[in-house]
Amino acid sequence: MNQHAKITCTSRYVPENAVSNHQLSTMMDTSDEWISSRTGIRSRNIVINENTSDLCIKVAGKLLEKSGIKAQDLDFILVATMTPDYGTPSVACLVQGKISAVNAFAFDISAACSGFVYALSMGEKLIRTGKKLGMIIGGETLSKVLDWNDRSTAVLFGDGAAGVLLEASDEEHFISEKLQSDGQRGKSLTSGYIENQSPFYTGTAESSGYLQMAGRDIYDFSLNDVTNNIREIVEDDVDYLLLHQANKRIIEKISKKLNVPREKFLTNMEHNGNTSAASIPLLLDESVESGVLQLGSKQKIVLTGYGGGLTWGSILMTL
Amino acid sequence: MVFEKIQAIIVEELGKEPEEVKLTTNIQEELDADSLDLFQIINEIEDAFDIKIESEDGITTVQDLVTYVEKQKA
Repeated sequence: MNQHAKITCTSRYVPENAVSNHQLSTMMDTSDEWISSRTGIRSRNIVINENTSDLCIKVAGKLLEKSGIKAQDLDFILVATMTPDYGTPSVACLVQGKISAVNAFAFDISAACSGFVYALSMGEKLIRTGKKLGMIIGGETLSKVLDWNDRSTAVLFGDGAAGVLLEASDEEHFISEKLQSDGQRGKSLTSGYIENQSPFYTGTAESSGYLQMAGRDIYDFSLNDVTNNIREIVEDDVDYLLLHQANKRIIEKISKKLNVPREKFLTNMEHNGNTSAASIPLLLDESVESGVLQLGSKQKIVLTGYGGGLTWGSILMTL
Repeated sequence: MVFEKIQAIIVEELGKEPEEVKLTTNIQEELDADSLDLFQIINEIEDAFDIKIESEDGITTVQDLVTYVEKQKA
């Protein structure tokens, strides 16, 4: 029997503390006009005391509540994150423990802003090879890796988490995908470097550990590699494209290069900022909530993540 | 020739009038461009002149771009 995967529920959680551009302009030399005209971002949510697992646990709880499924029926939990609470245990295991999903195996996927697309792709394979029910979450507290004295990066990012339930289905929903990586350009975007504190260590720290980007390399990557990736899998009758929410202008450029109308590109970076692995599932859940997307409607969508690694990838699917 | 081509690229990318783009113009400050605008202008110049601009460091005015291109083409 051919078993396929289907997204049957979406959910999200963002921390309550909404931080406006204006508020940032009181902390660093920037302005609302500058940030919003250049990035599309007006506000983002920043944790006060929560960590990534807290956000993901909220999402997992909401998914269980909305769907009515029992935690012990879950076969697996995958969390995409570049800002886990610990090296170990994984955020996924912390979620699994908290919701008592005792029959689920759980692990994190580290693919930065492509993380959710990578995790969804892996989850789809798990279902296709026999698992029945899984939870895929993207969650980040990027605020803890930002240099809050660097106005060129601090204004761009936000915290949040969102996820989906993936269930076995007789119908095929995942049409095609293309996941790519290029470690040779990996140092163009770095975060979370941990300096070796061992008494035997004689090296010097390569990085501060803060999130750092080589702007032009990442810009060219977004416009060239990512556009080519989408071009390979997008079809004429696609209804909407949900791209990683890094910057409104990058999405506008990609829309132009692909010759796909801008209206087909959904966005929410206006109030979330760039939330890395959480950006696509946040957009998905917000769009389901607003009615633009409907689960079970057969709407054809493309999900595209791109970011550190470098990693990038797209999934073409029907809802 | 190099200047006119670069001027046309900047006018197109930033939606400015040609008179606003002079050799002495500071691209980011006077034309209200940000780093993404500069990256895009550099990309267009690379394509137009078939050259590679390795780093945007030190590029602030239109003259800087013209000098860079003329050196590469020399």
